[in-house]
Amino acid sequence: MSEAEVLAPAADVGGPQQPLLEVRSLSKHFPVRGGFIGKAGVVRAVDDVNFSVDKGEVLGIVGESGCGKSTTARLVIGLIDPDAGSIVLDGEKLGTTLSLRDLRRRVQMVFQDSYASLNPRLTVEDSIAFGPKVHGVSADEARARAHDLLRKVGLDPALFADRYPHELSGGQRQRVNIARALALSPRLVLLDEAVSALDKSVEAQVLNLLIDLKEELGLTYVFISHDLNVVRFISDRVIVMYLGEVVESGPVEALWADPRHPYTRALLAAMPSLDPDRRTQEAPITGDPPNPIDPPSGCRFHTRCPYAEAVCSLRSPTLFATGNARHAAACHMVDPASGHSKAAQSSAGELPHV
Amino acid sequence: MSAVADDLVRLAVVDKARGYWGSVFRRLSRDPVSVACAAVLLLIALAAILAPYLHLADPYQGSMIRRLRWIGTPGYPLGTDELGRDMVARLIYGGRLSLFLGLFPVALAFTIGTTLGVMAGYLGGFVNQAIMRTVDVFYAFPSVLLAIAISGALGAGITNSIVSLTIVFIPPIVRVSESVTTSVRSLDFVDAARASGAGPFTIMRVHVLGNVLGPIFVYSTGLISVCMILAAGLSFLGLGTKPPEPEWGLMLNTLRTAIYANPWVAALPGAMIFIVSICFNLLSDGMRSAMDVRS
Repeated sequence: MSEAEVLAPAADVGGPQQPLLEVRSLSKHFPVRGGFIGKAGVVRAVDDVNFSVDKGEVLGIVGESGCGKSTTARLVIGLIDPDAGSIVLDGEKLGTTLSLRDLRRRVQMVFQDSYASLNPRLTVEDSIAFGPKVHGVSADEARARAHDLLRKVGLDPALFADRYPHELSGGQRQRVNIARALALSPRLVLLDEAVSALDKSVEAQVLNLLIDLKEELGLTYVFISHDLNVVRFISDRVIVMYLGEVVESGPVEALWADPRHPYTRALLAAMPSLDPDRRTQEAPITGDPPNPIDPPSGCRFHTRCPYAEAVCSLRSPTLFATGNARHAAACHMVDPASGHSKAAQSSAGELPHV
Repeated sequence: MSAVADDLVRLAVVDKARGYWGSVFRRLSRDPVSVACAAVLLLIALAAILAPYLHLADPYQGSMIRRLRWIGTPGYPLGTDELGRDMVARLIYGGRLSLFLGLFPVALAFTIGTTLGVMAGYLGGFVNQAIMRTVDVFYAFPSVLLAIAISGALGAGITNSIVSLTIVFIPPIVRVSESVTTSVRSLDFVDAARASGAGPFTIMRVHVLGNVLGPIFVYSTGLISVCMILAAGLSFLGLGTKPPEPEWGLMLNTLRTAIYANPWVAALPGAMIFIVSICFNLLSDGMRSAMDVRS
């Protein structure tokens, strides 16, 4: 592959209608050794997850800690091997027509911990130039590329290229991480809690930078966060995860206006509001998430769900279209045929209110 | 470029960023103990290297009538040994072999041990098991016993001493580098490097090595004194250097017979071993604290 090819973004294959990324039945179970006798169990970190990302959109992934958001991102970029499922990038399936090396050129990732994700012994310039060099770009060309990217993320190369990570602030480091992720001209960037560790003011700057870069370079983002305000601000569509499963997905406005899964509603209700009339008086959700080694039967949320009925602990709900375009929820109350007593009401568009 | 370029983050121009090793050296040079130890070691090493130009007496030339002179005898500032050879010349010339036998096996073991340990730590799985269990076998023997056994099996001589000492020091260095590598491997920047499509050996070379060399280097520096003492022990037992070669361990052995006749002279080679090894130990302590910064 020539240098120009490495540094140029990969050509579009399937046209704008074809999703850039399709994730099908992705599962990852981590074995754990429990007890002193060594009774083995598995953590179902990601369990049969399906979603797609359209070209040029921002897909938000939300959920509480340990719900499998980060594992999903690491599976998509091949940092961990899935137990089942496939990853299709613009029509090419990983492992068949698409090699892992090519996938990693077209998909890149920005990590949450801006300090740990930069090698403390390398200068900013060397960190950014590493990727292109690995793909056969000459040292001079890679250096020029690094300077160009530093300028793009708003850092003056003359001041920052020779610095070490510990000499930068958190926001500057995260800008460097973004530059590093862009060094191979990816089409899809996975942002794994990329702004969560930053101060609010810096967070806003970095978010704006991300939006500018997306427009300038025609990028697609998967934006993983537990901060619902940020996700609402940047995302076009959102998927909500709970204990390794997708419980609801839909366009951000539809999801905010009409959340169908009780978990999504609890999440949204837990968001602090500036409006005194909308302050929450009681906790919308109680208890901790159940142990993922031994998840509840049926719907995994039924142990914490205020509407749980017998059917919820028996059968596991699948994503069911709510009627709104692309808005789906994995809840028996959405599916009129489920046998849940509130299913009929909710299918008519009226949800029981708390 | 778009509007992004306009809000280039401005920052007060500070002094040029110093490399990591540059800042370690700067901190080390501010520690008086480390500087003193480094000076002593440098003096001894320079004297040993430049010995032929220092107009010393012939270290091999003995004299039956001048045996075991006391320290301070005119013409023999540090006396003479049991064969009447000048102790100043023998101690300085002895530094050549003794320092070499202390440094070279550790340097070899550092190279081999770091390579094996980083591979074991980074690649994990079968490679890790294969390397670490082999290392465990060597751990089953006390290091002195192992060195004597290998030297004994290979036969006396300097080359064989180096081989046996290297084998003795590889296992602990592998252990240290494996554990440091395991901790570095889990950091995000290694994942980021993997995500950019780099192969395991490129990542080890560019991203792992730079972050693990420091601790392994400090640990290995601490082994130099042990190695010198072991080498001296091998010579003392007749498994290392052979007479009349000047070497501190061997000198200690041959002067043993004179310990009642002239204890001060008999103790001199031991004193040299003590000074050099304590200097290496203090220097490695200094380096440990100079490198232990998160700023």
